[in-house]
Amino acid sequence: MKFVDEFRDKEVAQTILARIHEAAGRLQKPVRLMEVCGTHTVALFRHGIRALMPEQVRLLSGPGCPVCVTPTAEIDAAISLARQPQTVLATFGDMMRVPGSESTLLKERAAGRQVLVVYSPLDALKAAQKRPDHEVVLFGVGFETTAPLVASTALQAQQRGLRNFSVYSAHKLVPPALAALVAADDVRVDGFICPGHVSTVIGSQPYEFIPRDHGRGCVIAGFEPLDVLEAIWRLLRQIELQSPQVEIAYRRAVRPEGNPEALKRLSQAFVTVDAEWRGLGTIRRSGLEFREELSAHNAKERFDIQTRPVADPPGCLCGEVLRGAREPEDCAHFGTTCTPEQPVGPCMVSSEGTCAAHYRYGEAGRRVEA
Amino acid sequence: MCLAVPAEITEIGENSRAQVSIAGTVREACLDLVPEAKVGDWVLLHAGFAIQVLDAEAAAETLELLREGGVLG
Repeated sequence: MKFVDEFRDKEVAQTILARIHEAAGRLQKPVRLMEVCGTHTVALFRHGIRALMPEQVRLLSGPGCPVCVTPTAEIDAAISLARQPQTVLATFGDMMRVPGSESTLLKERAAGRQVLVVYSPLDALKAAQKRPDHEVVLFGVGFETTAPLVASTALQAQQRGLRNFSVYSAHKLVPPALAALVAADDVRVDGFICPGHVSTVIGSQPYEFIPRDHGRGCVIAGFEPLDVLEAIWRLLRQIELQSPQVEIAYRRAVRPEGNPEALKRLSQAFVTVDAEWRGLGTIRRSGLEFREELSAHNAKERFDIQTRPVADPPGCLCGEVLRGAREPEDCAHFGTTCTPEQPVGPCMVSSEGTCAAHYRYGEAGRRVEA
Repeated sequence: MCLAVPAEITEIGENSRAQVSIAGTVREACLDLVPEAKVGDWVLLHAGFAIQVLDAEAAAETLELLREGGVLG
C-alpha cells in the first residue's frame, strides 16, 4: 500500500537501527524516551522495535490512550445516558468494555439499552436522521485527532436543524497533559516521541514549551517502523548534542502549522475547560466543552446526568502506568485478575492500552539481544 | 484510537462527501477538514474523515534521506 510499505523497508530499518546502537553507545547514561501515543505503544511492540532497542534506551508508555485516561465518572455518565428512555447512546467500540463504577456499556446493551457502536461520528448523525423519534447521543471521546470530526459533525447537525442529535464531550488535549507530566518530578523522561495524528491537526508549535522550558526533546513520529526508528534516532542525537528541540519525523502528514481547517472547526465548536484525567488528576484547560451556540447539541445541557466522583478500582495501577511511573507487570491484578477478557482497569481494555499491549506481546517483547 | 490510514480520493460528491480507495476497498469519506483535496490526492482517513492531504514529495524526500543515511550523519 502506498505511503505504508515503503516505510516498512527492512534494509533501511537496519541502517537506522545500526545508527541508534552507535548513538546509544556514546551516551553517558541510559535514557528514557516516552511514546506518548497508544498507537505508538502498539506499533513499537507489533513491529518488534522494543526488542531491538539497545540496553541504554528505555521506552516508556505515556498517557496517550483516550480510552485509558477517561475517568470512571465519565463512563458512568455515558451509562446514565444509555439508560434514558427513547435514547440511543452511540460510541466508538473501544469504550464498550471499560468498567464504570457498576456496569459497562456492553452490559447495558445486553440488558436491552440501545447502545450503538459507530466507526465515524457521522454514523451517529445518520442514526439521528433515521430515528427522529429517538434521541441519539454520541459519547465524544478522543484527542485532537478525533475532536475536529466531532466538531464538524455537531456543526453539520446544527446546520440541518437536527434537534435529536447531541454529544457528551469527554475530549481531551495532549499538550496540557504533557505539561503536567514534565512538571511532575517523580517520572524522569529524557525525550518524547510525540503523537503523529494529533500533530497532523495541531502541528509542531504546541510542543515548543517542552524543549524551551524543560530542556527535553520532542520528535513527532508516524506509525510505520521507519517512522518510529527515525524518531528514536533523532531524539538520541538531540540528547547527545544537548540540543533539545521539536522535530517532525512524519513530514508527509504533519506540517508545522497543523491542519488549519481542523483547528478552525475545533474553535467553532468548543472552548477549553479544566478536565479530569485518570492517573493525572484535574489538568487546567485540557478538555473541550461545547460553546454556548451549540448547547442544543450538548448532551450535558440536554439531559439530567447523574454521576458522582468514583475512586479507581482497588489495587489497579492504571493511573501510575499512564504516567510512566510504573510498569503493568508491577500491578498485582496484571495477567491474573485483570486480563483483556475480564479487565479491571481501562489500560487492559483498550487494544492500545499499555497493559493490553504488555499482556499480548509479553515481557519477551521488551528486550532481546539485537 | 488515533489510527488513520492512507486512502486515495476517487470521486468527490456534494456536501464534502467523497469516495476513497484503501488498497482497493472503496469507502465513504468526509472532506470537511481538507477542503483543498482533489480527486487523485492521497489523504489520511480517520473515523470517516480525511484529516490531512498526504505530501508525496515529503514522503519521497524522507525515504531518500533515510536510505542514504545522510540525515543520520
